[in-house]
Amino acid sequence: MKKHLLSINDLTAGDALEILNTASELAKISDGPMKKLPTLRGRTVVNLFFEDSTRTRISFESAAKRLSADVINFSAKGSSVSKGESLKDTAQTLQAMGADAVVIRHGASGAAQRLADSGWISASVINAGDGTHEHPTQALLDSYTIRSKFPEFRESFDGLKVGIVGDILHSRVARSNVLLLTKLGAHVTLIAPPTLIPVGVTDWKVDVSYDLDSIINKVDVLMVLRVQSERMADSFFPSEREYSRGYGLDLARLNSLKESAIVMHPGPMNRGLEISAESADSHKSVVLAQVSNGVLVRMAVLYQLLGGAALAGEVSA
Amino acid sequence: MATVLDAGEIGRALKRIAHEIIEHNRGLENVVLLGIPTRGAFLGERIAHFLGEIQSPVPVGTLDITLHRDDLRLRPPRPLLPTLIPSGGIEGKDVVLVDDVLFSGRTIRAALDALGEIGRPRTVQLAVLVDRGHRELPIRADYVGKNIPTAATESVKVRLSEIDGEDSVEIMAGA
Repeated sequence: MKKHLLSINDLTAGDALEILNTASELAKISDGPMKKLPTLRGRTVVNLFFEDSTRTRISFESAAKRLSADVINFSAKGSSVSKGESLKDTAQTLQAMGADAVVIRHGASGAAQRLADSGWISASVINAGDGTHEHPTQALLDSYTIRSKFPEFRESFDGLKVGIVGDILHSRVARSNVLLLTKLGAHVTLIAPPTLIPVGVTDWKVDVSYDLDSIINKVDVLMVLRVQSERMADSFFPSEREYSRGYGLDLARLNSLKESAIVMHPGPMNRGLEISAESADSHKSVVLAQVSNGVLVRMAVLYQLLGGAALAGEVSA
Repeated sequence: MATVLDAGEIGRALKRIAHEIIEHNRGLENVVLLGIPTRGAFLGERIAHFLGEIQSPVPVGTLDITLHRDDLRLRPPRPLLPTLIPSGGIEGKDVVLVDDVLFSGRTIRAALDALGEIGRPRTVQLAVLVDRGHRELPIRADYVGKNIPTAATESVKVRLSEIDGEDSVEIMAGA
């Protein structure tokens, strides 16, 4: 595995499965009375969050702490960033403090890549969401959750049908999931109004549909994406009500899903918009399992990146 | 390269260890076997099989120690191996750890740490197929298949039919 985790493209299918298998073993240990492991004692993990986040930051913090790493939380609000400090100066400050890994969430696509390639820091960089680009650990935890619900797809997603519905255009979660799911062999269909489908979608190994109802009874997994109002400067659909009628997961649509199908949502949910309260709380919903699996998968990622010696020649100045 | 134990000798050594476990613990009521993956796990299964033949079945599981190693930072990350604790747990039990080769003692130190995460056994005992000396920590085995004096530069290769296709223990000259 590479030194950084910036994109699902940094991983081979084998690397991804190894992370998922590591997370499965960590799950067994975490069921015990002692949840803390000494593995990363003395290592420092910095959570560098330029965008708001609840789940991802807490999840990374909890993962690092369960492996006994020291955690420093940094959010742009209330820091020198609001005084105009650049990413470079912030990064060099973290370097001087001896960070071994930097978990970065940033509103600009490519921010994690910039940090990793800059030579400003020698730490491993983990992308926790950069603009509308990627969110690799979310994709990993989604695949982990799918695997735990469908044991027959443990080694490969060959034959698994996944529908991703909603704001594909702005969704880094969808991008990372498309890359990982297809890498593992799943068949992915993107479902959204034409205005929320990215232009380059023809290069992706996916099908595209504008009609949720024609496809809903065929999928094993339905991923519902959040409508990201904060990234929508223009109007992409006439009204929230119309979006909800066409693409929201309401009770009628929930009932037309296969009996064995599961509903996923990366959170935070807009109840009543892309997903109704009945659907979010139904037995098909695995939203809370996604959250608890997130900690295990992030522990596995931290272990893979920090658990061993740095490979020779990889530490930059 | 010299073969120091063949298949028959390995079988007899494990059977003798099974008898010693029964003798030392005055029965098997409270005994739990935990093999350390990879090869210790197979040896644990085999000793459990002999215990079942001689007296009664015992709970048998595996204990992965990777996350507790003290040399993690000296090597690339290793994959985790399965940990399977028998349903009765280890609380108050007489736990017998099983491994293939006892060398520096660091694996066993890590295993003791890993056990501490899971519970508090009444006693912890150690069974190994080969004790090759060169301890770096104050650790000894309770049950030993064979003591094999070695030079620190030599390596001991244990093969088991479950994964290597045959049973043997060999000493290889160091590089």
